[in-house]
Amino acid sequence: MKKSLAEQMQQSTEKRRKRQWAVMITFAVLMIAFIFLSMNTGFSKLAPAEVLNTLFGKGTSRQNLILFEFRLPRIVISMLVGAGLAVSGCILQGVSRNALADPGILGITSGSGLIVVLYLSFYSSTAKAPTLLLPFLALAGGLMVAAIIYVLSYSKKDGLNPNRMVLTGIAVTAAVNGLMIVLMLRLNPNKYDMVASWLAGSIWGSTWKQVLTLLPWVLLLIVFAFLKSRKLDALSLDENIASSLGVNLNRERLYLLLIAVGLAAACVAFTGGIGFVGLIAPHLARRLVGPGHRMLLPASALGGALLLLMADTLGRLVFPATEIHAGIMVAIIGAPYFLYLLSKSKM
Amino acid sequence: MKLNNSVSKDHNSSKLKIHARPVRAFLTLTIGLIAVILFMGISIAVGAADIQLSTVYESLVNFNPDVTQHTIIHELRIPRSIADVLIGAAFAVAGAVMQGMTRNPLADSGLLGINSGAIFMIAVALAFFPEMSYNGTMIFAFVGAFIATALVYGTSSLGKARVTPIRLVLAGAAVSALLTALSQGIAIHFRLSQDLAYWVAGGVAGIKMPQVLSILPWISFALIAAMLVSRSITLISLGDEVASGLGQKTGLIKIIGGIIVLVLAGAAVSVAGPIGFVGLVVPHLVRYIVGVDYRYIIPCSAVVGSLLMLLADIGARMINPPYETPISALFALVGVPFFLYISRKSGRGL
Repeated sequence: MKKSLAEQMQQSTEKRRKRQWAVMITFAVLMIAFIFLSMNTGFSKLAPAEVLNTLFGKGTSRQNLILFEFRLPRIVISMLVGAGLAVSGCILQGVSRNALADPGILGITSGSGLIVVLYLSFYSSTAKAPTLLLPFLALAGGLMVAAIIYVLSYSKKDGLNPNRMVLTGIAVTAAVNGLMIVLMLRLNPNKYDMVASWLAGSIWGSTWKQVLTLLPWVLLLIVFAFLKSRKLDALSLDENIASSLGVNLNRERLYLLLIAVGLAAACVAFTGGIGFVGLIAPHLARRLVGPGHRMLLPASALGGALLLLMADTLGRLVFPATEIHAGIMVAIIGAPYFLYLLSKSKM
Repeated sequence: MKLNNSVSKDHNSSKLKIHARPVRAFLTLTIGLIAVILFMGISIAVGAADIQLSTVYESLVNFNPDVTQHTIIHELRIPRSIADVLIGAAFAVAGAVMQGMTRNPLADSGLLGINSGAIFMIAVALAFFPEMSYNGTMIFAFVGAFIATALVYGTSSLGKARVTPIRLVLAGAAVSALLTALSQGIAIHFRLSQDLAYWVAGGVAGIKMPQVLSILPWISFALIAAMLVSRSITLISLGDEVASGLGQKTGLIKIIGGIIVLVLAGAAVSVAGPIGFVGLVVPHLVRYIVGVDYRYIIPCSAVVGSLLMLLADIGARMINPPYETPISALFALVGVPFFLYISRKSGRGL
């Protein structure tokens, strides 16, 4: 008895859908586990029972302080930033049709970073600096770099060349880093330490006020990205196919790029130079749920949130006294993965 | 084996048009050397304490340890300007050798991750062997440079795709990110950020004579070795088939060239930090002037690299006195537009 083609297709779609849900649920379970682990770890230890007690309102004031004022906001920030960077990377990879694109490689992160460093150097401490402004400033920096890269890698003859985009990104990053060093040397030692640690990608913005600043940005932009997932599917196909599907290429590409830059910039404003999340999370997600952006975007967001939470937790778990920054942990995981992808790519 | 269409075409056509230009090379060398000596004098004179050129001359022919200016000149300024010359030559020749051997117009010890490899091992040395001598630190830097090179070439030649310049640059960026993250991790864990920052910012401020003397033999030998294999590098730059057809042992030459690059870049980074783009810009400039023969490119690169480094170091002290602008930042600002120009010119082949 032979099944019809339609039946077979339906079956494989069902199979894929089941798989996609399985992936999402696994991510969610892992996330909860790591949230719990993250609440336990840090300079002052909280045992699992203590965490539970505190969560249900029976903690001492010290336990309350540690959990609600330090650990939880930090956990939320790392998850938001991880999700934001991952979705940003996912969009950039789709739009540029370049598997190796990511806000860090393209220099958007360092563009935002430059403005943030400028801004921080005007205020004597981060506490006094009005945090609400940070994402906007970072956005300006990110947009500036994105515009430079777009102009420099666009040519009339062959449009937006993905390879050239990456090379331009690397070069612009080098130039921005040069400027940054010049700026940093004018800072006094205290600020220098703060900025240096910011650049290495630490989750420093971890008060509820900062969470509330970041939250709307990330949520709104991720929802926007999700609404554009069909357009992103079309754009990540061949250019000719996309335009024959009736997508206004240039306009959609611009919208999506704006979303990607906005996400990356807002995240960078709170955590500094965290690279590779935007690269790894979409790749892992694509391998697990397939190339359709309707599932790929949320899976990337979950994967990214999980990744950064893991990195931040492991950094505290392995070296509790010094707290290896999340950015460093992510690079240690991410760079080898990037090299692996590079060795498999055909560019 | 076609490594890169547009680039090899570029090489061939420029070879047909230009050949080599011995007269121009000779002029570049002579004028360059005179300029280097002149700017060494200026470099010794310029700084936080301004010194007359006549005093510089006097301190050289008639040194008087009781005159403060004479001691400044001997203790600080002279080692610094010799270091400029050595380091500029080292980075430039390392870039030239790499560009010739890999036929990669974007090769540079900074872009390919070699500098950050050296920094990584220096961080290891600082953390675990804080009492290490200059020579020991330098050997560590060589090892780091080797690790980075092995990683970059290994990963970009794995897989089926050919080794293109863009693959190398990407692998370089990733390896740099990894090794920089590891160095940062070590620096933060062992509270060495300040000590390491000195290297990372890049520059020759505060260099002392013992440091200069410890890199001098390494860089000199590597430069001489580069000259000795320069003819073979020219042949390799025309393509492996051409080279082996003409009886070159390409494998052996590439190993020797690799060692030369590691020693040059490692020694230079161990005293001056990761100064990028010198190795990228200088060989291109020199190739434009003297043609494609590496027997001319290598010595001219050494001279032009020294000159550029002296100029940049003087600039670093003059832009914002009494502070010193990091040289690596200056070079990035000059080198980046140049990099963009090359990557655009080489076009689709990348």
